[in-house]
Amino acid sequence: MTKLKPRLSLIGIGVFAVLLLVVAPLVLTDHWLSNLGKYCCWAIAAVGIGLAWGRGGMLVMGQGVFFALGAYSMAMHLTLETAGAGVPGFMVLYDPLAPLPAFWEPFRSAAFTLLAIVLLPVIVAGLLGYALFKRRVKGAYFAILSQALAVALATLISSTIRETGGDTGLSDFKYFFGFVLEDPANRVMVYLIAAALLVVCLLVVWQLYRSRFGELLVATRDAEERVRFLGYDPATVKLVAFVLAALMASIGGAMFVPIVGIITPAEIGAAASILMIAGVAFGGRASLFGPALGAMAVGWGQSSLGSAWPEGWTYIVGLLFIVVILFLPKGLSSLLPRFTAARRSPGEQPAAGTAAPELEAVQS
Amino acid sequence: MTDASLVVTDLRVEFSGFVAVGGVSFDAHLGEVRFLIGPNGAGKTTCIDAITGLSRATGSARLGGRELLGRPVHKIVRFGVGRTFQTASVFDELSVLQNLDIAAGRHRPAASLLRTRRGVDASIEQALEETGLAGELATPAGILSHGQKQWLEIAMLLVQDARVLLLDEPVAGMSQDERTATGGLLQRVAAKRIVLVVEHDMDFMRRFATRVTVLHQGKVLSDGTVAEVQADPKVQEVYLGTAGAATTAAMSVVPEAAGTPQRKED
Repeated sequence: MTKLKPRLSLIGIGVFAVLLLVVAPLVLTDHWLSNLGKYCCWAIAAVGIGLAWGRGGMLVMGQGVFFALGAYSMAMHLTLETAGAGVPGFMVLYDPLAPLPAFWEPFRSAAFTLLAIVLLPVIVAGLLGYALFKRRVKGAYFAILSQALAVALATLISSTIRETGGDTGLSDFKYFFGFVLEDPANRVMVYLIAAALLVVCLLVVWQLYRSRFGELLVATRDAEERVRFLGYDPATVKLVAFVLAALMASIGGAMFVPIVGIITPAEIGAAASILMIAGVAFGGRASLFGPALGAMAVGWGQSSLGSAWPEGWTYIVGLLFIVVILFLPKGLSSLLPRFTAARRSPGEQPAAGTAAPELEAVQS
Repeated sequence: MTDASLVVTDLRVEFSGFVAVGGVSFDAHLGEVRFLIGPNGAGKTTCIDAITGLSRATGSARLGGRELLGRPVHKIVRFGVGRTFQTASVFDELSVLQNLDIAAGRHRPAASLLRTRRGVDASIEQALEETGLAGELATPAGILSHGQKQWLEIAMLLVQDARVLLLDEPVAGMSQDERTATGGLLQRVAAKRIVLVVEHDMDFMRRFATRVTVLHQGKVLSDGTVAEVQADPKVQEVYLGTAGAATTAAMSVVPEAAGTPQRKED
């Protein structure tokens, strides 16, 4: 049984990959494919949250910060690519002679941008996590601190309209590393990259969860002191998970930009960070598929219900959150074992089943 | 002898002015089950906390000549000091095997953490055998009985290859049979490792202690074999107060009643 379960999860990831990479592009319209791409980006960040929060016990309420690092790195590059040799349009708007701020300059380079998307979150999360975990900051204090960072960063971006575009954000990207974004084929390609990255992230956490590190992470979550008395430094264990989660959030943010076409502080602030957490809680934070599917479901709800009935959507999310926390503290994914136990069906279903029902919901 | 011994000299622990441990010295050696006893608040657990780096202390605690005080907890553990807690703290959501595997992990290279476990380490099998948990390999630790959890903790210390086992009330809440089994286990373990037990179960102490250190109000009151300590009038006074001869007699009668031979002196 213990040997069988990881295999089933792997099959599940395979089914999920086929649905995302093969079926979805054939079945969905351009509009919905681009929406699904957006959900994939949130799901990538959510997979990281599942790792840090679900398995590591760190309530990362400010993943918007790392989402922003990736998103703005990408957006700056795409803005410069669109502007050509000149200065981005929005900057000239305020001062026709405005020079390009120094921190924008390196983002002209595609290689630098890709490196920044990977290294910035690693460095920031590494320093931040080291300082916090070594000082044994945890629980609510950690959550509040991470949330405050997201608020601070969003405020900073809002207040620096000349350098970052402020509340209007960065938008109107024409090219994606040389590809014209108006071309539907290129947009499908961008979607496929995001979907493939999501599958890769799932594979990474799948291996982590079945590795000794995964066991150690759960042990650290449940009894940090005990782990210390086994000769490990829990700060290091948590740091690894936290940095990985930050990296995933950054990758999600980076892909969000070419798919959605705009990035604003609202997408990375407190509310956005909490919505990412909500999706993870909804799907099941400690499970493999729960965070990704939960985030996609919330994303789908936001763009369908949210646009049809904006004032009601907030209440629905709130209500959903309360119901899940009250009755299904381990999220929707905890329903599945009960369901299969009740049916007593032989093991084939679970992993594939996890992927299927909610994905239908996402695509409908 | 001192090479492999735990030597504590003039250990002091203060909590913002309150002296919890005020100059305690004792040592523990291979081949003996050393007990640390004393009434509540005597500073027994605080001594262990100090040795393992949990509480800040002055003085000295040396293992094989190496100073332990002033180092972070996980470094002290890597010198070979292992401990258990009053309430069994195992990882409830993980199986017995996973618990032990994590305990064995500090001897592995970091990269091996990324791989999946294949098979069971020899040291783990041995510890399972030793503690009688071999049948519970796949059981989640959370549903083990109280006694089994304590044994699992001891097994984790064995797998961890601790040179010193500091056990904080290992038999609290155990049945008589479980106590006897635990005592036997400790005596076997003591052949190769230093075993120091904090306990206030007098009966258990009498049956299994090789040497006893009695603490009272943060100081060493008495030190010696069970018989010596029991005969010490200072100990009798602390434990029995003015209650007098009747209880003193009761205290010395129990070993015979329990029918265990006196431990040989070292």
